Amino acid sequence: MIPSAFDYAAPQSLSEAISLLQGNAGQAKVLAGGQSLIPLLKFRLAGPELLVDLRKVPALDHLEERDGHLAIGAMVRESALEHSALIASRYPALLDTSSVVADPLVRNYATVGGNVAHADPANDHPATMLALRATAIANGPNGQRTISIDDFLVDTFETALAPDEVLMELRVPRPAAHSGSAYVKLERKVGDYAIIGVAAQVTLDGEVCAQAGLGLTNAAPRALRPREAETFLVGKRLDEESIRHAAELAASAADPVSDLRGPADYKRAMVRTLTTRALRLAAQRARQA
Amino acid sequence: MAVAVQGMGHSVKRKEDPRFLRGKGNYVDDLKLPGMLYMDILRSPYAHANIKGIDASRALAMPGVLAVVTGKDLDAAGLAWMPTLMSDKQMVLPVDRVVYQAQEVAAVIATERYIAADAITQIDVDYEPLTPVVDPIRALDPSSPLVRPDRENKTNHIWHWEAGDKEATDRLFEQAAVVAKEDIYIPRIHVCSIETCGCVASFDRINGKLTIWMTTQAPHAIRTVFSLVSGIPEHKIRVISPDIGGGFGGKVPVYPGYVIATVASLQTGRPVKWIEDRSENLQADSFARDYHITAELAADADGTMKALRVKTVADHGAFDAAANPSKFPAGLFSICTGSYDMQAAHVEVDGVYTNKPPGGVAYRCSFRVTEAVHAVERMVDSLALKLEMDPAELRLKNFIPPEKFPYKSATGWEYDSGNYPAALHKAMERIGYQDLRREQAEKRARGELMGIGISTFTEIVGAGPSHTFDILGIKMFDSCEIRIHPTGSAIVRIGVQTQGQGHETTFAQIAAEELGLPVANITVEHGDTDTAPYGLGTYASRSTPTAGAATAIAARKIREKGKLLAAHLLEASPDDVEWVDHQFQVKGDPSRAKTMADIAFAAYTNHPQGMEAGLEAVDYYDPPNLTFPFGAYICVVDIDRGTGEVKIRRFLAVDDCGNIINPMIVEGQIHGGLTMGMAPALLEEITYDEAGNIRQGTFMDYLLPTAMETPAWETDKTCTPSPHHPFGAKGVGESATVGAPPAIANAVVDALSHLGVTHMDIPIKPWMVYKVLEEHGLAQP
Ligand SMILES: Cc1cc2nc3c(=O)[nH]c(=O)nc-3n(C[C@H](O)[C@H](O)[C@H](O)COP(=O)(O)OP(=O)(O)OC[C@H]3O[C@@H](n4cnc5c(N)ncnc54)[C@H](O)[C@@H]3O)c2cc1C
Repeated sequence: MIPSAFDYAAPQSLSEAISLLQGNAGQAKVLAGGQSLIPLLKFRLAGPELLVDLRKVPALDHLEERDGHLAIGAMVRESALEHSALIASRYPALLDTSSVVADPLVRNYATVGGNVAHADPANDHPATMLALRATAIANGPNGQRTISIDDFLVDTFETALAPDEVLMELRVPRPAAHSGSAYVKLERKVGDYAIIGVAAQVTLDGEVCAQAGLGLTNAAPRALRPREAETFLVGKRLDEESIRHAAELAASAADPVSDLRGPADYKRAMVRTLTTRALRLAAQRARQA
Repeated sequence: MAVAVQGMGHSVKRKEDPRFLRGKGNYVDDLKLPGMLYMDILRSPYAHANIKGIDASRALAMPGVLAVVTGKDLDAAGLAWMPTLMSDKQMVLPVDRVVYQAQEVAAVIATERYIAADAITQIDVDYEPLTPVVDPIRALDPSSPLVRPDRENKTNHIWHWEAGDKEATDRLFEQAAVVAKEDIYIPRIHVCSIETCGCVASFDRINGKLTIWMTTQAPHAIRTVFSLVSGIPEHKIRVISPDIGGGFGGKVPVYPGYVIATVASLQTGRPVKWIEDRSENLQADSFARDYHITAELAADADGTMKALRVKTVADHGAFDAAANPSKFPAGLFSICTGSYDMQAAHVEVDGVYTNKPPGGVAYRCSFRVTEAVHAVERMVDSLALKLEMDPAELRLKNFIPPEKFPYKSATGWEYDSGNYPAALHKAMERIGYQDLRREQAEKRARGELMGIGISTFTEIVGAGPSHTFDILGIKMFDSCEIRIHPTGSAIVRIGVQTQGQGHETTFAQIAAEELGLPVANITVEHGDTDTAPYGLGTYASRSTPTAGAATAIAARKIREKGKLLAAHLLEASPDDVEWVDHQFQVKGDPSRAKTMADIAFAAYTNHPQGMEAGLEAVDYYDPPNLTFPFGAYICVVDIDRGTGEVKIRRFLAVDDCGNIINPMIVEGQIHGGLTMGMAPALLEEITYDEAGNIRQGTFMDYLLPTAMETPAWETDKTCTPSPHHPFGAKGVGESATVGAPPAIANAVVDALSHLGVTHMDIPIKPWMVYKVLEEHGLAQP
């Protein structure tokens, strides 16, 4: 449980952080909350030569609405999300997610940016970000760029970020009127990664679904958007029948593997169950909104 | 006026808690000695492999590395193997082959912990992988590769053990109207004490004394074994077991790390610290359970139980390194007739070697009692299904009746006392059993699933009487030494060793009760072989039955002398002095009385001529029998039809552990035990893939329950004192761990029984339940 030797830097500015990353091409790693990276170091599964800690870099921990979207600074801790009145009132899926990531101790350190940048298909936020149609703001030697969440999440532990780029912010479009969202997670125990997790967001026009977003945790090598299910829902009355059909489509889009969390066919069935439950909850919240 | 002693029956706050709560505990890893070196251990990635060579040159070249110890080095000193507590032998470090994954291969001694950790990655080991033996049943096939070619017998079969009357049992089975039969696997699990194992070995070259601070539950026995193996005289070895962060049976065995660190200290003349990390602890330290059981229960058509037949294959891993009493290689598994009056029973167990770490430690379950209770309690429910009888009714029909105690069981135990119907009736009333059954029927009609599970277990603890019980020949008595100081306070030293059970409080209460001294004035000490009297240590719920009894009896010896001193002070004849309300008084005259404090002062200042000064006593208590705590547990579960998750709605534990010293501590023991009992029922298991790789080697997959998974336990009690224990106590540390798993498993099976389910192996995982629901069209999002 003792990592191999590494250097550590806590730069005071973004430009310093980026030049440290650039100057140690491929050998440096950004350190955020450390709740995924430090275990990897301790198991000696990763051995970067330099950790560039972002905690002193200014302006990475904002959590506010701006220009029609919610801006989540990359260093916002899960616990900040969990206790924010703004999140509770308008972004229930984010509240659902942050309150089931790991356990309260981990959430005091773990960051939303790290959760997405780690690109573990078992992490909870990527699916929610898919359902909420978020975008990622990155900054590197060539300046700032905006990446849609679908493009950002490339594969298991792989994102669109270059090794010398820093994830700055996640942007979540402000939900339209009569929208509701939810994240439901099935886990073996508290603090466990999801057996399966499903995020859903719907916008209602009367009883008809005007917009739908879905995201699946741990159902494929990366967080998965079940597109057919989303497309199917748009224009349908959001009743038990259409919800069940969408859940069926989501289950067939899933590509889970058998492991200690259960056999693949069980997990696929859980996509069906949890999609149904997430959509029911999102629809109920949309009706109340 | 009577002294406020706060003895038996008081919920005295734990004396040890202030230091733990303030972070002032003193654990092995807190110890820092001048010049101390650090050890880290390289472990095998293979479950079974030849070692063709070990090249440590790169590690030895690292600054700060003093030595790399291998099996060859130890072999030269005759220490490559060590005896286990089960009279097997175990590799300390391998000379030419490894026999399980995570087995110790070499050790680095360095000036810093970090250097040692880096250096083990620089040792090159040339392995030649061999076919691993993973399945214990296939291990018995003559064509199976051998785990232990070092043994004379060229087989993986270790021993065969049986109890009961085979013929009588078979005859009853032939005549039986109904026979229930199940294959029951009890998974391999790990104790996972919060503190991992470790030691600081410090050999003083000047006075030739070896001191070892060690995470051990049994310091005295360890000292004796170390002395016998090393040839160092016993008075030149001091084992200190300081604060221990949980033991649960996992800290009874001797681990190779202790021995290697000791050898390193002997060779360097410097203290050597070794502390396992979490993964090492979880992957390599002795495991529990791992019983493959086939059980059959025979009964008349009216439900009268006749006989029990049990065959078991016990997976012991590569070394038989458990700590069972020597005549009991399968522990007290033959208690498996449980709380039921049967004419005959026959139990067979075959111990088997596999390429896994040593198994079979008694994880908070006396010795194999969890296995026994799980088997019989599952079988009773299975029989109830066959008979279409309510499982509570079947139990009440077959309980050993209260008037039959002391009761001789079909496998030869003499149960000391019990009142099983009283406990079950109390539990059924309190939980509203009949209402729950009605609710269940209504729910079933709607397709909803709930289950009610009962476990009415009998424990067997307090090993044990010297005519039957020993470990490596050392009889399983235990001890206490009490010395009363002139001003009326006392020190109590005991041979057992707390790891969180609260001995500093409860043993003070026992002494307080017997001596009439306030509990606050009594210090309890243990765990240092230079100062504490000899004892076998704390495990198997034996502390109160053995050392607790010794404490009471030592105190009574002091009272004998105290009576003479009281007579002297009161100018009365000793025959006219009696012990009433915690003090001596002249018969019939409470105005003429002396407290123990008065007596103590006199013992040093004013003792009668001809009497020895001082006030102290020792007792080595050899229990006449074991004690048999019991309980009635009822669990109610709801099943999520969308996910197969089992939710414990209610769990009521009615326990009977005889007379209680400290109700709060007993309640705490039960709460903790219930959570540890729920764990293997729903969460914990250790499994291996075909290559012998552990699948749950970290807490990511070894699902230790937390407060979040723990339901709100409900507890209650009945009290049936032990007739042979000096103050009627029975021991309680393990009851709940033993009693809980079948209550939960029975509840889940009960929820699914109308679908034809008669048994499910634990841990019952959501996907297993979901599969049943799907097959019967009951799954619903
Ligand atoms: C016991 C435990 C249980 C857990 N359970 C869950 C769970 O149930 N669900 C879940 O989703 N997660 C879980 N986690 C993971 C936890 O949420 C992680 O903290 C999170 O995934 C990563 O966030 P972090 O801030 O800790 O990132 P770090 O560990 O610091 O970094 C993770 C990775 O992201 C990179 N990175 C981080 N921030 C940036 C950035 N701004 N720009 C570029 N790269 C960056 C790092 O270089 C690293 O590769 C658990 C962790 C633990 C220890």
